[in-house]
Amino acid sequence: MTLTQPHPTLSLPGAHNIHRETLPNGIVVLVYENFAAQSVVISGSIRAGSQFETPAQNGLASLTASALLRGTAQYDFDTINERLESAAADLDFGGAVHRTSFSGKALAEDLPLLIDLLAEAVRRPAFPAAQIERLRGELLTFLNIRQQDTRYRAGRAFSETLFPPDHPYHYSTRGTLETVPTLSVDDLTAFHARHYGPAGMILVIVGAVKADEALRIVRDGLGDWTNAAQPEPPSIPQVEPLRETRRAAVGLAGKTQSDIVLGVVGPSRFAPDYQAASLANSVLGQFGMMGRIGHSVRETLGLAYYAYSALDGGYAPSPWSVTAGVNPANVELAIARITDELRRLSSEPISADDLADNQSYFTGRLPLQLETNEGIAGSILNMEIYGLGLDYLVTYRDRIYALTADDVLAAARQYLTPDALVIAVAGPA
Amino acid sequence: MSSVTRHVLDNGMVVLLKEVRNAPIISWRVMYRVGSRNERTGITGVSHWVEHMMFKGTDKFPPGVLDKAIDRVGGSWNASTWIDTTAYYETLPAQHIDLALEAEADRMINAKFDPEEVESERTVIISERQGSENSPFFWLAEEVQAAAFRVHGYHHEIIGDMIDLETMTRDDLYQHYKAHYAPNNAVAVAVGDFDSAAMLDRIKALYGALPSGEPVRLFQRPEPPQQGERRVTVERPSGSPLVIVGYRAPAALDADFFPMEMVASLLCGADSVGGSGIDNKTSRLYKALVATELAASVDGGVYPTIDPFLFLIYMTVREGADPEAVIAALDAEIERLRSGDVTEAELARVKKQARALFAYSTERITTQASLLANAEILGDHLWYEQYFDKLNAVTLEQVKAAAAAYLRPQTRTVGVLVPTGGDGDAEYGDGDYADDAMSDDEA
Repeated sequence: MTLTQPHPTLSLPGAHNIHRETLPNGIVVLVYENFAAQSVVISGSIRAGSQFETPAQNGLASLTASALLRGTAQYDFDTINERLESAAADLDFGGAVHRTSFSGKALAEDLPLLIDLLAEAVRRPAFPAAQIERLRGELLTFLNIRQQDTRYRAGRAFSETLFPPDHPYHYSTRGTLETVPTLSVDDLTAFHARHYGPAGMILVIVGAVKADEALRIVRDGLGDWTNAAQPEPPSIPQVEPLRETRRAAVGLAGKTQSDIVLGVVGPSRFAPDYQAASLANSVLGQFGMMGRIGHSVRETLGLAYYAYSALDGGYAPSPWSVTAGVNPANVELAIARITDELRRLSSEPISADDLADNQSYFTGRLPLQLETNEGIAGSILNMEIYGLGLDYLVTYRDRIYALTADDVLAAARQYLTPDALVIAVAGPA
Repeated sequence: MSSVTRHVLDNGMVVLLKEVRNAPIISWRVMYRVGSRNERTGITGVSHWVEHMMFKGTDKFPPGVLDKAIDRVGGSWNASTWIDTTAYYETLPAQHIDLALEAEADRMINAKFDPEEVESERTVIISERQGSENSPFFWLAEEVQAAAFRVHGYHHEIIGDMIDLETMTRDDLYQHYKAHYAPNNAVAVAVGDFDSAAMLDRIKALYGALPSGEPVRLFQRPEPPQQGERRVTVERPSGSPLVIVGYRAPAALDADFFPMEMVASLLCGADSVGGSGIDNKTSRLYKALVATELAASVDGGVYPTIDPFLFLIYMTVREGADPEAVIAALDAEIERLRSGDVTEAELARVKKQARALFAYSTERITTQASLLANAEILGDHLWYEQYFDKLNAVTLEQVKAAAAAYLRPQTRTVGVLVPTGGDGDAEYGDGDYADDAMSDDEA
């Protein structure tokens, strides 16, 4: 029987319906009209990540981003928040390694408000001293709490062991209890003056707005922004391959569970074998309730509530890791089983069923991923950031179904080295 | 929201259908009228554990089969146990929805509860609780709830007490399942891209013949009136002191619920029953606690529940500040509101915020199905459909009356987490924590 009426082919965002414009100052604007909901979402990023900060100033890019809405040339803190919240709108900034990202949501008629505040924040932040101190205290409280979080600490220890101190991925973008107190208003002002600018800025708008109108609003707010000082991003150091397994342990008082993060340096998003590695990762720790690792560690042995793998795939070669939370008595058993699965994936081709299942999973999940404005905006932003092309989703199916079991094995073998891992554990002291 | 149709099958199962044709997907949800509030001492956490066992297979769908089948078609599925309900859902590309309909019909009756699977899941659930216990916040929240409810089943955490997780038997779990999982104790909801008549036919074909069980008798114990403020202190290693204050709040169908929702929004910021939120930097408590640098954050809200629950306010004490100063500043704001200091303009503003947030929440069909199922179990399937109207009807006088009635210190529970020594303090002056906390142990 048929429960559903024939539905037109899922309308995927692509070159035919994404309006892309590069403003004369370099900002790339992408608009996708979606009148199915009442809201509009903005999402984007600026080339002002933590890769531009020194280790001594760790957290500077992130604190600068957090401080943008604490007051601008035109609006004070209360005015900004009154304007946003009385319209039930939201606008947030967050620093990452390569980029500072932003996202916002409002009822569609309030797009001009979002763009006005976005433009004010990125172009004319005032960094009022009293507000920066208030923000710093909030951040230090957060950092203190985070220091007690085993999952965070295991991840941190993993990154610090996997990447050397001259690599930006070695550091937490939020900074530390030692560096954050030293960051001054002058530091924020200087970081902003140098790194915030239109070069490399991407802005995606999705929602119940006409593309022409959205583009006009953006041109009005950001079209005349310039910054001749903006440097090119620094080159990211190569990471020497691990020759043997390295372990890191963090002990914390009052804990009853241990968190494990283990893994290797995986591909960047630009690597030719990224997609094959992504499918390998799905088999390993995603597909069918956390893949082979979920089956082994959670379902068969009952060791963990969560056990999964993740392939980060960013600008530079990025972590490919497995995370699990287990009873302290079971740490070594869980590590052994996870390592077994890494060994199997990097030495045996996946079955034809595994390949078909995961190809079907990758392509089949698009309708759910693209249900909301946020989901669509995220997909478009990825296409632009990583240069995937506007027809990335339209041609996605062909790309996924071109992958073979040999491709997947080659990618797993390339990156997963079961005898040379970083294994970090945070648990009871 | 557009119109919802309600149907009751001969076996008592309530079906709610709502067509939403924006995207070629459908969300199917089966919710049972049982949650942690219906659990006796000795089997606390049984609802949640049974929820886990529902993923452990039937004869028709052995363990793991559905995990793969759902991923294979690009769907998502999960389940959640709440104080009032236990719910299961699948959101799938529309052409595959039969998989969800069949899966839920099957496991409503045929879940196996294999003894080996029960034991394997025991350690998984203990691990889930231990993971929560790693957070000092969890310990405080658990103590506040336990202090606020001495008699009512709301007194224990949904995950259950550790001793019960260690001792509960397969029979306890199976009895709970057989006593509560039946069409006459279930609400099923479909939202998405389908034709309602065809969908109803298919639901009748799959669920209509399922046997209704005995009339379900839920374990319920009303909470007696509170006779004065209750205070609890938790001492544990923590990066920061925390404060949780819970005031007694009205049940969802109580006439005071919507006025109280407005009270919570005035104090803690706009909130929506669908889970969407915006920042709360213009809220009264942000201004009184965070802008004054007493707290690093404040959050809170009321919940639509079957029985009266709590208006919970969560405060993270700022580094160097005193929890008692946070509580004193909170008290001043509460007294201001109780004395009637609130304007029509403020009320209009929180109404507008709530309307917008509700619109955001309903952009996902999975959320819509959840809201509808919950409404039916609260006792009025139109509860969410009429959300706008009910909000709009709230008057300033009702808000003042609700504040005066519910924000009484005599009927609240105050919890304070006091950080103890050890790592929490030692981390401060340790220089680069990586030096002492990590060691390279080359294998």
